[in-house]
Amino acid sequence: MSRVAYRIPSITASISFLLIAASAGVAQTIHGLPREGRGGDTKVNTRVGRPAAGKQEYTRYCAGCHGDHGDGVGENAQWIEPRPRDFTQAVFKCRSTLSGSLPTDQDLINTVRRGIVNSNMPQWRPLPDQMQADLVAYIKTFSPRWATEKAGTPVEIPPETPVTTESILAGRAMFQKFECWKCHGTAGRGDGPSASSLTDSKDQPIHPYDFTTGTRFKCGTTNADLYRIFMTGLDGTPMASFADNIKGDQGWDLVHYLRTLQPIRTPESILWKSWLATHASELKPIGPESGGR
Amino acid sequence: MSLTKFVHGMKWLPAFALAAGASLTAASSAAATDTRAADSTTATRAPAAGSQSVEDIYRAYRASIEDGTGAASASYATKRVKMIPAFARKYGLRCSACHTAWPELNSFGQQFRDNGYQIRNEKDSPIAQNNAYIPITVRVTPQFHVERATRQLVDATPGDAKSGQVERTLTSHGFDLSGMDLWTAGTLWKNVSFVALLSSDNFASFHFEAVSLRFDNMGDNPWLNLKVGKFELDNMISEKRFLFLSANGGSYQSYHFSAPGSSVDFGIGDNQLGAELSGHSLNSFTRYSAAILSSNDGDPGSNNFSSYDANVNFSQAFDAGKMGIERIGVYAYVGQRPTAFQTSDGQDIPGTGTTRKAFYRAGVAGDFFLHKLEFLPYYLHGNDNAYLASSTPSNSPLLDGARDASWNSGFLETHYYINQQLVLTQRVEAIRMSQQAFPDMPSTLGNVDAYSFGTRWYPFMFSRAGLAVHGEYALVKTVSPGQLPSEGATANIWTSSLLFALDFDF
Repeated sequence: MSRVAYRIPSITASISFLLIAASAGVAQTIHGLPREGRGGDTKVNTRVGRPAAGKQEYTRYCAGCHGDHGDGVGENAQWIEPRPRDFTQAVFKCRSTLSGSLPTDQDLINTVRRGIVNSNMPQWRPLPDQMQADLVAYIKTFSPRWATEKAGTPVEIPPETPVTTESILAGRAMFQKFECWKCHGTAGRGDGPSASSLTDSKDQPIHPYDFTTGTRFKCGTTNADLYRIFMTGLDGTPMASFADNIKGDQGWDLVHYLRTLQPIRTPESILWKSWLATHASELKPIGPESGGR
Repeated sequence: MSLTKFVHGMKWLPAFALAAGASLTAASSAAATDTRAADSTTATRAPAAGSQSVEDIYRAYRASIEDGTGAASASYATKRVKMIPAFARKYGLRCSACHTAWPELNSFGQQFRDNGYQIRNEKDSPIAQNNAYIPITVRVTPQFHVERATRQLVDATPGDAKSGQVERTLTSHGFDLSGMDLWTAGTLWKNVSFVALLSSDNFASFHFEAVSLRFDNMGDNPWLNLKVGKFELDNMISEKRFLFLSANGGSYQSYHFSAPGSSVDFGIGDNQLGAELSGHSLNSFTRYSAAILSSNDGDPGSNNFSSYDANVNFSQAFDAGKMGIERIGVYAYVGQRPTAFQTSDGQDIPGTGTTRKAFYRAGVAGDFFLHKLEFLPYYLHGNDNAYLASSTPSNSPLLDGARDASWNSGFLETHYYINQQLVLTQRVEAIRMSQQAFPDMPSTLGNVDAYSFGTRWYPFMFSRAGLAVHGEYALVKTVSPGQLPSEGATANIWTSSLLFALDFDF
């Protein structure tokens, strides 16, 4: 091989290219600042949410589904069922507050961390706490409600009653009485006679929860979470609040019954299975022809 | 014979190719990797039967450098693929949801991977997906690159092998393609995930880069996951997901270093064959893995040694508030290689390796954020048993003075995320031999210094595909045996890469 005066592009040229690429990226991606202060203060524990920081993270994690303007029409929304939440309406399923009121910041954080089962909303548990607070702060800038209203007061949940056969049977009777079966089905499979025609507040089809396949509820996993859903309802969905109908321990009865429908071993399901082994014939079927036991 | 005389007496050896040989002949980073992968079976350098001389060891070292399989300075880019739009399409999440800058994972992407490519929303099983959904991803990188290497031996008169040899700086450049990665991964059922990654060189010659099946969240417990197949070691700083692509910068030198003269073929950055038990907390802040692996550096069908290695990793992350997530981890890999075989008619019988000797790699790694600035420090200590280090069968006596080879290496990589679509990168890396296999070997032989910097710009960011405009410059200095009488026992070889690429993924 001969000695050839090889030359390479100068380092200056390569640095220039990198700087040009960097400049193009900066110019393409710098956005205006979010609407600071519009959403009111956001504070979760010791974390104070920062809308400006939240906007960047919202673009990274959320905008693909919820849209750059929080209106639930991100580029993926058309492919997603159930459709992503429209933050401009400030209507949220998972709250600790009564139906129609705004959720607390902690409620929104909990949803971010927990995700929504049976939807495309993941569990954003690995995000730093500060980032979650920032995200919530930014989400609250999408609706003017946050500037004019305060979050509702969390409903009080009484201490749980003991799990007994009587409690489960009472809950089963409530399942019949309040016609839960019409949507959730007589066996809790989400296949009640009304199930196929249900829509949410934006007229999008929505499916009732299937207790027989899920191990998590839409808004939590504990008995208290399930109790809270009865009290608050899932705003924006046909699942109404039963706060005016279910009082005190009755809620726990319904919780205990619904736990027996799940595909996992729970104290309720163990007790219920044992009772059914000898008393199944005493039960009236749930449905339109029955008044429950 | 003194080392200097010995080195200078090796002029009959083919031209010293070192990193330049690899980088100049590697038309692209991926091609270089594929070549390495394809050759790695044959590159496994079991010690020759019978005793060797120091000259033999040096000869083997030189040969390994030439074929680009044995020296840390060999400038091959690692196989890199791990940005998977198929997942983004499945879940409707933008690339940025799982990646700081693809292909590097962020904390959510780490959790998603740890969950077996599931978000655990009861819609992970393929039965929950549209029938038309097929989880396939293709990645390929058209590019323009320049490769340069100093001190290359060439004939003084071109075409005249008798004209003597002189050193030259060689440069090549041109438009090129990387190889292609054809990747499919996802779930077979809830909590049963799979990976099948076929990688090609730029001539479309494919091999299995990774194939594995994983049972996730066994007993609904995230601490119990079992993976079997060929897979990347659970390195906290993944070489498969990093942000460098060039021939010289596209691999961590520390992950592929072999001590001068050693017969150990292992690279901690190479995918390995075996089974891995792993687990993590719900947010993946705490992670562990323990793997048992065939001693063949991940080459299917080459269980010539019938022995096993082990790898363990542990890392813990912390929420540092506005700064981000900070993670620190420790790791150790303990391997063994036979130094002799049963023979038939003097030929080694595969699978009968005996008199195994050990080597290990261990160290710490970190991943620290200062808001938009990310630091990735890494430290490794390596050690090869004297028999392996000197390529001596253990049924033969060690050469005088032969001893373990050991070294320390590390790097500091930095990313600055201007925003989710633009990142600036740099990396500085060093390898230092702390003990050579023979006392009379130059103490600095094999040392490596490397530096890379670059930028990646993602013109768009959504959930269907990815494109990165990539620019990178990488420079590597390797302390190598001297070539000419005018040199001392060692000579510094400089190799560099300049790369402009369009890195796309669909």
